[in-house]
Amino acid sequence: MMEFINFYLIPGLALGSVYALGAIGISMIFGILRFAHFAHGDVMTLGAYGTLTAVWMSGLHPLLMLPVGIVLVVLAVLAVDKVFYKPLRDLPTIYTVIASFGVALIFRSLIQLIWGSQNEVFIRGVQKPVVLFDLIRVSLLHIESIAIIVVVAIALHYFLSRTRTGRSMRAVSDNAELARVAGLDTEKVVRSTWIIGGSLAAIAGVLAGLDTNIQPNLGWNLILPMFAAAVLGGIGKPMGALLGGMVIGLIEELSSYPWITDEPLINPSYKTATAFLIMVILLIFRPQGLLKGRLF
Amino acid sequence: MDPVGLLFYLVAFLIMGGIYAILCLALNVQWGYGGLFNAGIAGFFAVGAYTSALLTAAPAATHLGGYELPVVVGIIAAAVTAGLTGWAVAKICIRLKSDYLAMASIGIAEILRMVIVNEDWLTNGSLGITNIPRPFDGLVQGRAADILFLVFVWLVVGIVYLICNRLYDSPWGRTLRAVRDNEDAARAVGKDVDAFRLQTFVIGAALMGIAGALSAHYFRFLSPEATEPLFITFLVWVMLMMGGSGNNKGAIVGALAVWAIWSLTEILTNRFPAELATRSSYIRMLLIGLLLQVVLQRYRSGLLPERSPGIAFDKDKDKTHG
Repeated sequence: MMEFINFYLIPGLALGSVYALGAIGISMIFGILRFAHFAHGDVMTLGAYGTLTAVWMSGLHPLLMLPVGIVLVVLAVLAVDKVFYKPLRDLPTIYTVIASFGVALIFRSLIQLIWGSQNEVFIRGVQKPVVLFDLIRVSLLHIESIAIIVVVAIALHYFLSRTRTGRSMRAVSDNAELARVAGLDTEKVVRSTWIIGGSLAAIAGVLAGLDTNIQPNLGWNLILPMFAAAVLGGIGKPMGALLGGMVIGLIEELSSYPWITDEPLINPSYKTATAFLIMVILLIFRPQGLLKGRLF
Repeated sequence: MDPVGLLFYLVAFLIMGGIYAILCLALNVQWGYGGLFNAGIAGFFAVGAYTSALLTAAPAATHLGGYELPVVVGIIAAAVTAGLTGWAVAKICIRLKSDYLAMASIGIAEILRMVIVNEDWLTNGSLGITNIPRPFDGLVQGRAADILFLVFVWLVVGIVYLICNRLYDSPWGRTLRAVRDNEDAARAVGKDVDAFRLQTFVIGAALMGIAGALSAHYFRFLSPEATEPLFITFLVWVMLMMGGSGNNKGAIVGALAVWAIWSLTEILTNRFPAELATRSSYIRMLLIGLLLQVVLQRYRSGLLPERSPGIAFDKDKDKTHG
């Protein structure tokens, strides 16, 4: 039982937090700009490398240096939106999807040019697990990830329901035409979307980098589970994406638990395939997501 | 570079250019004719490459296959298995709209890659398959064999091109474009939209399988790295956008143009000082990424725009055609 909690449940929730942080941005961008942002994973990678550089320069803990990564990412996504996505806004969104493939490539090659392609780590040495009541042994990082997602969930809920910008974002997501006619500044809403989505992606990138190591494909390897999470939560529903991320993370980790025999239910090397599979099945049978998001 | 070296550089360039041309023609059937967003090109390429390699290579204890069948049989089998995979994929996700189809197809391609890396008994995992023959192997040796293979590849390109052109001008092609441009209208006149989409996807996937098989026979070696989405899926998309989606000549021209840019920048970056040279492939990647953005913004219909005899309903086509 304790083994289940220590090695499957808590790591699953921690992985879920990373997916959730990325999926919120994907879901918002899909809801407001109406396209699947295939460069979102590489946005995460950029956040991880930006923070890494700040850690190198300051010697402080990565989570303290997060703001540096966030600022870098926000500047980058705002620039990308202006230069690459905005000129395509009036066209069928599929052109923006193709453009986002290109942006993914641009981000990745810039990262490799600047930082090289070797593996980097935030903190050297083995981290001691935290022991609670002699029973629960978890890594500090996993507790931090779960704590961060709880804070983000509360802040996001407050932002979307109580602030003017948050309400405008929901209005545009529900009906862009109506929101425009009602006089909402759509470009401002688009900017807020990028700022929030980019910031959360930067946090996700740092958490993912802390968990394993940092390399140029860090975020690209996470993009499909994050799409799965966004679809599961219902596209255009940030809180749904948050929940979807947690579910996908849990399923991925729990899929290799020896549920029936002594063997893992699914070979751990196929862990991520479970997420892709869920995504494909969802797309076919319930594309509006479990929480009835919008369907384009 | 000496003339002989240059000639063989050109031969190598045109062999890979031909393989990309087939991939590009295949994507053109799916995206250019049918408007289907396939982001899993690498998956069908891999299925074709492994099918043909396993059927034609010499027996090996470490993986399945080793039937030493003729290369042509391998290539036909590659088309069949890739087509069947395409059929299975299309059967489950053909109703999905653009972005969703992209997500689903890329997900399925990644699952295929995972199988290739992990199922050692089938594919020899990351070690790969060696001793893959080329057609007419014992006939000529050395560099002449490359030239012979070049002729073979472009013969296949020619056949694929003729098939694609025939499809485009057929009633089938006209209906398909109607489905692409105005699905509701096509449905209203009684066309089975899903069936047309399914057929398109299968034809494209089979052609991608042929390209995969050719590349396995060219390199005589196949490992999971050969199915890297960056070099297959992404490059082919840029090629088709650049050449002009909907136009078969454009698909070939785009494939050669982008492949030339990719190859020429390699010659250029090889002259960089050693420290920069190790990072040269990233500069090339960056250039290709930027090139795609330029094409999307300025030359959306590509070098050779589509000239369909029908009426274009696409918003952007109206713009570029004036």
